[in-house]
Amino acid sequence: MVKVTVDGIVVDVPNGSSALQACEAAGKEIPRFCFHERLSVAGNCRMCLVQVVRAPKPVASCGFPVAEGMEILTDTEIVRKARRAVMEFLLINHPLDCPICDQGGECDLQDQAFGYGADHSRYQEAKRAVKDKYLGPLVKTVMTRCIQCTRCIRFATEIAGVPELGAVSRGENMEVTNYVEKALTSELSGNLIDICPVGALTSKPYAFTARPWELKRTDSIDVSDAVGTNISLQVRGSAVLRAVPRVNDAVNEEWLADKGRFSVDGLKHRRLDRPWVRVHGKLQAVSWQDAFVAIGRRLDGVPGDRIGAIAGDLCDAESMLALKDLMVALGSPNIDCRQDGADYDLSQRAYYTFGTTIAGIEDADALLVVGSIPRQEAPVLNARIRKRFLAAGRGGFPIGLIGTPTADPTYSADVLGEGPDVLAALRDGTHPFAATLKAAKKPMIIVGHGALTRPDARAILASAWALAVETGAIGAGWNGFNVLHRAASRVAGLDLGLVPGKGGRSAAGMMSGGVDVLWLLGADEFHTAQIGPKTFVIYQGHHGDAAAARADVILPGAAYAEKSGTYVNTEGRVQRSFRAVMPPGDAREDWRILRAFSEVVGHTLPYDTVEVLRERLATVNPVFRVIGGLDAVDAAALPGPSDGGAVLPAPFRPVFDDYYQTDPICRASPTMGECSRIYVHPRTVAAE
Amino acid sequence: MSAHSPIDQIEQPDSFAFDAESEEQIAAILAKYPPERKASGTLPLLYVVQKQMGRQTGSAWVPRVAMDEIARRLEVAPIRVYEVATFYLMFNTKPIGRYHLQVCTTTSCWLRGSDDVVAACKKATGISGFGQSSADGLFTLTEVECLGACANAPILQVDDDFYEDLDGPRTIELIEALRRGERPAPGPTIDRVGSAPAGGRKTLADSPADQG
Repeated sequence: MVKVTVDGIVVDVPNGSSALQACEAAGKEIPRFCFHERLSVAGNCRMCLVQVVRAPKPVASCGFPVAEGMEILTDTEIVRKARRAVMEFLLINHPLDCPICDQGGECDLQDQAFGYGADHSRYQEAKRAVKDKYLGPLVKTVMTRCIQCTRCIRFATEIAGVPELGAVSRGENMEVTNYVEKALTSELSGNLIDICPVGALTSKPYAFTARPWELKRTDSIDVSDAVGTNISLQVRGSAVLRAVPRVNDAVNEEWLADKGRFSVDGLKHRRLDRPWVRVHGKLQAVSWQDAFVAIGRRLDGVPGDRIGAIAGDLCDAESMLALKDLMVALGSPNIDCRQDGADYDLSQRAYYTFGTTIAGIEDADALLVVGSIPRQEAPVLNARIRKRFLAAGRGGFPIGLIGTPTADPTYSADVLGEGPDVLAALRDGTHPFAATLKAAKKPMIIVGHGALTRPDARAILASAWALAVETGAIGAGWNGFNVLHRAASRVAGLDLGLVPGKGGRSAAGMMSGGVDVLWLLGADEFHTAQIGPKTFVIYQGHHGDAAAARADVILPGAAYAEKSGTYVNTEGRVQRSFRAVMPPGDAREDWRILRAFSEVVGHTLPYDTVEVLRERLATVNPVFRVIGGLDAVDAAALPGPSDGGAVLPAPFRPVFDDYYQTDPICRASPTMGECSRIYVHPRTVAAE
Repeated sequence: MSAHSPIDQIEQPDSFAFDAESEEQIAAILAKYPPERKASGTLPLLYVVQKQMGRQTGSAWVPRVAMDEIARRLEVAPIRVYEVATFYLMFNTKPIGRYHLQVCTTTSCWLRGSDDVVAACKKATGISGFGQSSADGLFTLTEVECLGACANAPILQVDDDFYEDLDGPRTIELIEALRRGERPAPGPTIDRVGSAPAGGRKTLADSPADQG
């Protein structure tokens, strides 16, 4: 630790800290543009100048290391004058277009000009103008506003791992660009908008929509993947205008994947806003009462084991528990939250969660990924892997992949093979990567749904666990066994036991006439043609997607922004979101729909308020009692998942082909549709 | 205003491959750097590209495909090569004439008459301004900063050669010679050796060496 005095306040900061960090430790706010806590230090904006006693001139505090006994002054006339001069230079070429700039109201330059800007400009010459660049369908550029802090270049290179941005030319002619007219190929590109301190990079879909001070902010959880990214939904009137990340160092740091950020416009398209009942083959709008009566009539006389329910990928824990309770009340063991056909060993939570934790990735020193493409299935988690990869230095974090990667993983990784045979080779030591895993002190293994949605999922899971035990990935104080989920609802569903009961049918078993009445709670990710033609389908959900088209009764539910819900991320972390807007039209919160219906069929569910329901959640599984935290699990004491028989030789397949079209919300989103056309199907765009 | 035109406004070749001569140079260059630091070879490789383009097409410039090829060779992102190539004015990111006339207009040359050199260049080639090429495609005129030959100001660099102590008429003469396909010997264009005084030695006239 080093003792530093900042404006007379003595603070202790770690060796190697910068003067800026010392100032922050002393509670002094230092203006900055180029400096960002999670990026490398560039030191090119010069806004963070402070005075160091006995230094001949002001120093840029972001890149100035502290020394024992250093005295820093942050608010002297010299400092103020220096910062004013820096600000004057920055404003020389910055346009005065704040009234038409989307950054207005949340602009670092605007805010700091308030403190250090002059009341008029002394600059008489022509201002620089820079041609706007094309960065794809998500990020809008107004490059004349760029102050060349290079944050975006560093973000793309360091965090996103797509070194596509750079600064070309020099001096006054310097431009931040990708040089070639090509969309940024990152699932994290939306974060450029957040880190840009000015209005050079703004959101294309959100352009000219609202001012930040008009927006009501509601804390929520991103449901587009299973990372559980903490987001803030920003609302004006009844519309969710944008989603931005909240800081949570344990989960998403301050990043948000593009699908979570930009699919919010899907919340106002293709919505189910009233109940429908199919009469003579055609859907007719009806009242809630009539819809319930229609279902009740159909259920009349149907035995419990002919009724089934499937919960989708976006469901909150509350509605899933209500669905399960309803099924139990109806005498049905047929319930499943795994519409993709995945299989897990549910005897221990450690067998189906991300045991290392997302923050724990930073402690790992070797990684094996089995049947997963983290870059697409969990972009924010992938950024953490890359962070660890960069921090470990050359060769410090060897990464092996088993599967068929469809995109650059953003870190150097060896593709060990395509199928489960590599797992066997790693276990018997014939594969050279086995030695790497064994040599590592804290190796981790990630098993993805490319492996777990296969018929041999149990066998692969058991094999991966055994490998983890053999290589020391599971030991005292370290759990290196991870299941990477991709559905936001999945872990909660498993925690609540939304799997077939004794003699019950799985999601696949409910297809092809396996049940007579099928209740789909937002379940769309399977081929609806598989449902038997005589099966009576109730679709409870928020978007008119594939399953709603097949439904006999449609019950309009609430999307994640329209309800307060509990979600469990892939780590097993329980998190809660709040209601940002009301559901459209007659749509209702999902657990309330199930509660109301239960009364119609005479099996009234025992909760009238969400508080009572949440009490029941905690009763069913105590993990729901702790919000936000995670309990450490001693994985070494566990026997391991039960072996499920033979392993099939087929190679692991990617879980999905199109990152931008994986759930009903993003399929309804025009922005995600455009991304899909540009990034995933570029040939059809070229052909048009 | 930009020194480098947007990439999409330049007609780019579809492909680029190093020829045998370049490959030989590259092998020599990359031998200087440890393999994990071979990104340091960016600058010399850009020169290799530019020379090869000069040999092959008569226009010594660096097309984008060549920068991509360098990036591939050096295992860096293409943008890292674009950054370097556009930062240094010695690299031409758009096609130029066969002869690259680089006239220094910094203080020393300017005081010694670089304005005349510029005017002569324009007159002899028909070029109207800096950064442009002549209609016959032979010449490109560029304004450069100090070339470090102030003792021989004013100076005109043609490709890699310095022509020194110029004035208007001698500049025109030089350009006419180039047009004829000749390459006059580089160096001072007046009666002096290197940076020694014009008209022979002015001091140490009675030095023992001369007497002997």
